Amino acid sequence: MAITEENPGYKWVGTRPIRPDGLEKVTGKAQFGADLMLPGMLFGKVVRSPHAHARIISIDTTAAEAMVGVKAVITGGDFPDLAANGAHPSEIDVANNTIAREKVLYEGHVVAAVAATTREQAEAAAEAVEVTYEILSHVLTVDEAMADGAPLLHEGMITKGVDPAPEEASNVASKILHERGDLDQGFGEADVVVEREFTTKPVHQGYIEPHAAVADANSDGRAHIWCSSQGHFQMRAYSASVLGISPGMLKVTAAEIGGGFGGKTVIYLEPLAVRLSQRAGRPVKLVMDRDEVFRATGPTSGTRIKVKMGVAKDGKITAAEVWMAYEAGAYAGSPVGAAGMTAIACYDIPNFVVEGYDVVCNKPRVAAYRAPGAPMAAFAVESVLDELARDIGMDPIDIRLANAAVEGTQASYGPKFPRIGFVETLEAIKDHPNYTADLGPNQGRGIAAGFWFNAGMMSSATVHINENGTATVVTGSPDIGGSRQSMALMAAEELGIPYESIKAVVADTETVGFNDVTGGSRVTLATGAAVVDACRLIIEDLRARAAKTWDVELDQVEWVDGQAQHAEGAQPPLSLKDLAAKSGRTGGPISANASLNSRGVGAGFSTQLCDVEVDPETGVTRVVRYLTAQDAGRAISPDYVEGQMQGGVVQGIGWALNEEYIHDSDGVMENPSFLDYRIPVASDLPMIDCAIVEVPNPAHPYGVRGVGEVGIVPPMAAVGNAINDALDVRMTDLPMSPVKVLEALNEQRD
Amino acid sequence: MKYVAPSSVEEATSLLSSSPSAQVFAGATDVVPQIRAGRPAPEVLVDLKKIEELVSVANDEDKWTVGAATPTANLTDDPAFSEEFPGLTEAAGLIGSDQIQNRSSLGGNLCNGSPAADSVPAMVVNGARAVVAGPNGTRVLDVAEVVTGPGQTSLDADEFIVEFEIDRIPARTGDAYLRMIPRTEMDIAVVGAGARITLAEDGSIEHAALALAAVAPTVVRVPEAEAALVGNTADDETLSAVADAASEACDPIDDKRGTVAYRRQVAGVLAKRAVLIAIERAQQRNGTN
Ligand SMILES: Cc1cc2nc3c(=O)[nH]c(=O)nc-3n(C[C@H](O)[C@H](O)[C@H](O)COP(=O)(O)OP(=O)(O)OC[C@H]3O[C@@H](n4cnc5c(N)ncnc54)[C@H](O)[C@@H]3O)c2cc1C
Repeated sequence: MAITEENPGYKWVGTRPIRPDGLEKVTGKAQFGADLMLPGMLFGKVVRSPHAHARIISIDTTAAEAMVGVKAVITGGDFPDLAANGAHPSEIDVANNTIAREKVLYEGHVVAAVAATTREQAEAAAEAVEVTYEILSHVLTVDEAMADGAPLLHEGMITKGVDPAPEEASNVASKILHERGDLDQGFGEADVVVEREFTTKPVHQGYIEPHAAVADANSDGRAHIWCSSQGHFQMRAYSASVLGISPGMLKVTAAEIGGGFGGKTVIYLEPLAVRLSQRAGRPVKLVMDRDEVFRATGPTSGTRIKVKMGVAKDGKITAAEVWMAYEAGAYAGSPVGAAGMTAIACYDIPNFVVEGYDVVCNKPRVAAYRAPGAPMAAFAVESVLDELARDIGMDPIDIRLANAAVEGTQASYGPKFPRIGFVETLEAIKDHPNYTADLGPNQGRGIAAGFWFNAGMMSSATVHINENGTATVVTGSPDIGGSRQSMALMAAEELGIPYESIKAVVADTETVGFNDVTGGSRVTLATGAAVVDACRLIIEDLRARAAKTWDVELDQVEWVDGQAQHAEGAQPPLSLKDLAAKSGRTGGPISANASLNSRGVGAGFSTQLCDVEVDPETGVTRVVRYLTAQDAGRAISPDYVEGQMQGGVVQGIGWALNEEYIHDSDGVMENPSFLDYRIPVASDLPMIDCAIVEVPNPAHPYGVRGVGEVGIVPPMAAVGNAINDALDVRMTDLPMSPVKVLEALNEQRD
Repeated sequence: MKYVAPSSVEEATSLLSSSPSAQVFAGATDVVPQIRAGRPAPEVLVDLKKIEELVSVANDEDKWTVGAATPTANLTDDPAFSEEFPGLTEAAGLIGSDQIQNRSSLGGNLCNGSPAADSVPAMVVNGARAVVAGPNGTRVLDVAEVVTGPGQTSLDADEFIVEFEIDRIPARTGDAYLRMIPRTEMDIAVVGAGARITLAEDGSIEHAALALAAVAPTVVRVPEAEAALVGNTADDETLSAVADAASEACDPIDDKRGTVAYRRQVAGVLAKRAVLIAIERAQQRNGTN
């Protein structure tokens, strides 16, 4: 269902053609990260810390090096000491996370890597690397990490964002603060105030394809990397930094990618594979097992969040106070900054304080995960808002409408919103039959909303017209959510040729201009704009060629429906095919490049409606009906837009009900497999109904906003609010597993 | 690691006797993941699926005979078997997924020794017997006697199960199996409950069997619940006695899959519900089979 404000009469944009990558994927031909085989290639294996926090006393590789088939063994000492070289702290953290130097900071932290002729030999050699550790006490949660006298991960860590700066080091990397108005006055004006505390566990992005990289180093110091990532230019930059070489020494080719959700915007294996390849003089492949993916990549933060909000009887929020602490894992950099900016961004609130802390602890370093930081904050804020609506007897959509941010609202994080579509998503829910569908026994209905900025950043595209009038669209944005289709649709619309005549490809770092990562929901917006720019340059060129052919002024030539037309109809039209065939006589090949820094992002909003049924005797919650309404700006490819909307919801439902990192008291992860780390399976879910809202982003040629992330922001609160509606228990601790729901129900019965 | 596929029971037993570290397998849906997860691989892996009687489902007037290595999909696809033992069929049909069930066997599910094995409570309440082959011929054991602890069985290293025997179901009898998992499939039972009820002519309960999975080191029978049922009907009082007895019979652990308190409470709930389903099925099966 699409709510289109005005229908501009697009021919290709907004259609649902067959996806271009489908055939190769279903026939198994697509080359994912682990699929590449090179002649003479060795297999690598990484040695990981079994301890959550320990000092490395020594690493003895002699036994491993002496083993049959072993061609190279590397440790942290095989990489430049970036700290000694005065590198930026964030680069030092990336390097130390890739391979530990003095200390290991989490179970699974890399300490060494080997390469051997066979996988089995590599595994045996990895076992034979002898590491002596001095075990240190560890901290696993923000509570433990922030406690007085907590063991420190980084002895020199002084909290940033606090004035005056603290004298003592701590595990708090930084503090953020957003304030407006007068909190006391705001709460004074409230008729009802609700205050609650929430906790969430780290959760993994759960991409199905484990990380994989192949590196082939040359003797001149150059190397070629093939890897599955969300941005091969980023992989090049990070890898070069860790290896201490210039990015130009590396060529990175993007493999097909089997999911990333933010977790493949960072490096793990690439520099290790390059160094092993350099040492061995042969190509080296490194592939993670699933348990390595869990123990050492991703996840997103576990959190503790306190929310206090007040409303007047008319539903107006008078004040909000939010305190939050986010686990960063081993190195500074939790998404608490984005959490602080998004927590109350849906609403126009006169008085607020949002305070947040970025806290390191002995777990894997967190990585981006769809709308990083926003979902946990939304779980807390949207749960409290639900309770406030109940307390004043107001419909949950109406209370949100009463406070909704609109064009011109000063966003809680600073700027004024341009045209946005939050209100439209709320109305789309209200207008949908699900909103009034009957509920059965033990069923309940919950509503929640979410905000995400969406990103812009830098992109490049090249468009080539082939000799037969078809086109190739080249970008450097790995296609993780359908971008090849969207690029082809926009190019078809611009050039006026059929979608089927266009092939969109993802080129390596040496074949196309720079592209930032496929992340931040930015590719259809920014890379799409670059494709549109390049197509428009092509059209300029084609018009000029037609003008030359006809010997008329350029302004006499129009480009309509894929052909050059004479303004007065004095000449028979020249199609793209005609012009391509004659390109040799009109100036040579037809091709154009465009590079840009995105001209303006369009914020994304999502409102979701969830119906659950809870078994009051077992605490098992099943989602029985689900509707998500999201402002796409413009759905270039509605199939993929719905895929993104549904995917975000499904991941959110997993996060809500079952997903969590479980650690034992030694800080060892207990559930590093999809058996016990429970992402939803297909039979757990109803069809996720989608209402695509289209309030075009004025800053994009087709109005695109970006749709990849905001869908994961509301689900946890939507599910929690639905459980509360079903059985009158307010769940404040994720996941809302059967054990916890039953405990809450038992307490209620006592 | 060597792979061998004997074609007779005798060949298999002699292979097992001659190589002490040999291990049999059927579907390998436990064996392979365990080896992948780092459990030492045996020197010889003996594939039982090439032995004809181990992959068959048959019945005569007295009993059903199910080959120990038969893919559980063959059972769930067998209309006569599933009609007669809907509970055992449901239990077998819960194992993993379609792909897993094309491989997984009752013999493997039992001998893997997991307290959470889904088919085991359902076999136990149906009084299934295991026919065990060894160097000195065969012996017959109650299924309940096979597993002695997590991952442990009473079989000797050179013995294996050839087939299971299950007596034809009597009149007015029904079985049921329920399990609690946080998801809807691809999961391991946090609690499982199998029940079988035979009703007397007057509708009261004549025989009752109740067994629980995942709440103790092995699958457990709950004699107190069975005693509470016999001679009664499924009134609230009886059912709450069943639930209490089931909770009481649990000797669970706290782990990543569930807490002690949760397992106890939900064991009672599932026991009660399984009994009710078994009674309903028994009521529907008024005549003889
Ligand atoms: C993805 C997945 C999901 C699963 N889900 C479930 C589930 O929902 N419920 C559940 O209960 N289990 C589940 N399992 C576990 C497994 O599938 C079952 O236990 C299955 O029944 C094992 O049968 P198998 O034939 O594959 O056993 P195998 O792996 O072949 O053997 C298992 C063990 O039994 C021994 N053995 C096998 N046959 C015999 C015999 N005839 N005599 C003596 N010893 C023998 C083997 O030596 C081995 O120790 C799952 C497994 C996977 C991989």
